Amino acid sequence: MMADTGSEEVAVIGNTDLTPGEIENNIKNTMGEVGDEEIVLPKKMEINVAEAEKRTVKNAVNMQETYTVYLIETRPADDASEGTNPTPDSLWRRYSEFEILRSYFLVAYPHVVVPPLPEKRAEFVWHKLSADNMDPDFVERRRVGLENFLLRVASHPILASDNIFYSFLTEENGWKEAVLETGFQAKADSRLKALNATFRVKNPDKRFAEMKHYGDELQSVISQLLRVRARVADRLYGVYKVHGNYGRVFSEWSAIEKEMGDGLQSAGHHMDAYAASVDDILEEEEHYADQLKEYLFYTDALRAVCRKHELIQYELEAAATDLSTKKQQQEELATGTVRTFSLKGMTSKLFGQETPEVREGKMKVLEGQIQEGEEALKEKNTECDEFVRSAWSEIERFKDQKNHDLKEALISYAIMQISMCKKGIQVWTNAKECFNKM
Amino acid sequence: MSGNVADSAISPTSPAQTIPADLSGQMLELDEDDDLEVFSKDTSITDGGSFNASMPTSPGSMINQYKFDEEDEQEDPGAKDIFITVDNPESHVTTIETFITYRVLTKTTRSEFDSSEYEVRRRYQDFLWLKGRLEEANPTLIVHPLPEKFVMKGMVERFNDDFIETRRRALHRFLNRVSEHPILSCNEDFKIFLTAQAWELTSHKKQGPGFLSRMGDTVRAVAASVRGVKSRPEEFNSMQEYVEAFSQKMTSLDRITQRIVKEEREYLEELKEYAPTYTLWSGSEEELAEPLKGVASCVDRCFQETEEQVRQFSDTLAPALHEYVLSAETLKAVLRRRDFIQAELEAKNEALAAKRADRDALKEEIDKLEDRMEWANNALKGDWSRWQRSMRTDLKEVFITTAQKNVDHYEKCLAVWESFLLSMRSEVGDINQPSSDDS
Repeated sequence: MMADTGSEEVAVIGNTDLTPGEIENNIKNTMGEVGDEEIVLPKKMEINVAEAEKRTVKNAVNMQETYTVYLIETRPADDASEGTNPTPDSLWRRYSEFEILRSYFLVAYPHVVVPPLPEKRAEFVWHKLSADNMDPDFVERRRVGLENFLLRVASHPILASDNIFYSFLTEENGWKEAVLETGFQAKADSRLKALNATFRVKNPDKRFAEMKHYGDELQSVISQLLRVRARVADRLYGVYKVHGNYGRVFSEWSAIEKEMGDGLQSAGHHMDAYAASVDDILEEEEHYADQLKEYLFYTDALRAVCRKHELIQYELEAAATDLSTKKQQQEELATGTVRTFSLKGMTSKLFGQETPEVREGKMKVLEGQIQEGEEALKEKNTECDEFVRSAWSEIERFKDQKNHDLKEALISYAIMQISMCKKGIQVWTNAKECFNKM
Repeated sequence: MSGNVADSAISPTSPAQTIPADLSGQMLELDEDDDLEVFSKDTSITDGGSFNASMPTSPGSMINQYKFDEEDEQEDPGAKDIFITVDNPESHVTTIETFITYRVLTKTTRSEFDSSEYEVRRRYQDFLWLKGRLEEANPTLIVHPLPEKFVMKGMVERFNDDFIETRRRALHRFLNRVSEHPILSCNEDFKIFLTAQAWELTSHKKQGPGFLSRMGDTVRAVAASVRGVKSRPEEFNSMQEYVEAFSQKMTSLDRITQRIVKEEREYLEELKEYAPTYTLWSGSEEELAEPLKGVASCVDRCFQETEEQVRQFSDTLAPALHEYVLSAETLKAVLRRRDFIQAELEAKNEALAAKRADRDALKEEIDKLEDRMEWANNALKGDWSRWQRSMRTDLKEVFITTAQKNVDHYEKCLAVWESFLLSMRSEVGDINQPSSDDS
């Protein structure tokens, strides 16, 4: 993918990611820590976020801090262990450690659409749901989300074989040091800066541009859907709950009636049941909302990959421009003509030509620069091609996963609605029978 | 002298009601008497019934008694001989005011009507007048309530279509209930209401009791309520208690129903935006476009079904409950009027005991009052059980209909989602199909 000549601007944006070489180093380093045994990165591992617990500690400034930790259980799921069912290994991790792991992935594998974590704070809540992070329902849903995250990573062909991931699952202590040693944090900051910088790519890849646009659309529409759904849930809750009042009044009314008493009383019970049924209905719907949220958060990762491509493309174009400028300078020096304006050229015109020795020196420098530039361009091209290839296959993989998962989510939503209708039919049929006995 | 009921010559009784004193022989031939056809379905000769208060109140006349019993429930709808419709509201504008009139169409085979079909136009004021006359003539009978003059809450306009329609239905029910009442339907004012042309009705209305006599009634009523009743019979006490409690419950149910309608409407407001969001999303997708559009269409269908369901609550259940709120007020008024008669009687008895006024004249008055009391009590008792039966039938029916409407609603929504599910699964050929019979 060649960039054309044109703009004068030559911005050098440093490579913020770990090169393949660095990643290899990581593996070598951690290898040393774990021991001399061959690192078996178990491809099939059962992972389970089993529990959540509250911890209270005194932090660095001697203040009480409460946070939640999650128990991660792992069990090798290879043939050898079948039938033996060994007790799982387990360790405790808190949410912030998950965040570190994910940040590491983003820096180490820029072409991968990294699975998202469950939300840090409860959003898109309808009134009855608590927005409190310590709320047990929220903690429970987050536990499920964290497990989902780990399972997603474990089933990703590239991420699953990462050693930092392995030790995240298996080494409670020392993991943090190991991941910090990769030096990803420094890279993380400049990566973020680079991704947010504005720059213009002359020849954007249509596919990536479309994918980025799709990511934006998906984010917008899922946000809207979640908002509307929450409001609808809120209202539905109100409708069901008011029916509970029928239960109370029917019961009171039945006390003053003779023939109608029994019918009213039992009808009242069904009204109570109806009012109560909405709690389960809406709790189930939260799972559906969580499924949508996962893909809402996925859009960030998708956009990041597209953005990364833009960046590489931009750097490629910059390298090509740089090279062509140098070549032009070389030509001018050789022919003595000044086609392009430069301060040096003007001054030499004003103050006389350079001596042949000076010119000779400049030529040599330029030649060296051109050679470097050509190598750099070749490298950039390779990098770009590789990135495009791997990123695009990642994106395709993501697309298939998304289509499958969301279709399943819609199906499960339909099943929920069906269940809700069936409950409604049952309650009102029962109520009608009671009314018949009035 | 009691003024407003028994001795009043103001509301001429229909020919059918001036039954000669010696009735014993004729009772057995009621069925053959066309004039009394309306009574034949639901009467038997026992004591404890009541009769039209316009009759001269002599003990002898009390022989003609009717009991409203279980036979009411076996009324053969085919035997109904009068059909009244209230429809066709029209607006009338005069220099002074604007008002609505309704067409009142009567088809009848009753012989006291000269013709078999009448079409007149009446306004709400006319209905109010009729109700007043019916209550005057029968103070302890339970007259079906009229819709209210106006609704404060929400500032419903008098000329709003929904308001007019609700009122029209209530007026229709009112006239039909009156026509089904064995005594009220024979009332002369009722007949005039159904048959007289506008100018005839106006002039007839003017013949009502004079202003002064009405004033006298009000004064006496106030005095009686101040006096209070000394020893109310137990059954009327329990009626009172029942009515208080019933009124509270109906008011609650009415309010709850209104609240449900409100909540449902707000739910529908939000739901309106839900389906379009799925449709919007489907525009960005390829493989997911079909499922998303499918969900959008399901949500949309359910939206429409819910609108239907809300209509049931607001058009059928709420008005029915509200009518019984008003009916409870009627019952309270009936009990008050009965108390009023008793209070007068007690006052006269006290006066007699105190030997204050002319004893003979007083004794005669007391006799008359005692007769009035007796038939007033019997009328109320009879109508009370009739009312209870109607109430049970009406409310049972409306609750059953509402429950059925809800079942229908959920069944329709169920069908919509199930067919969506079917279309999804037939595409994928799901291996792991969870059973749809989960409950």
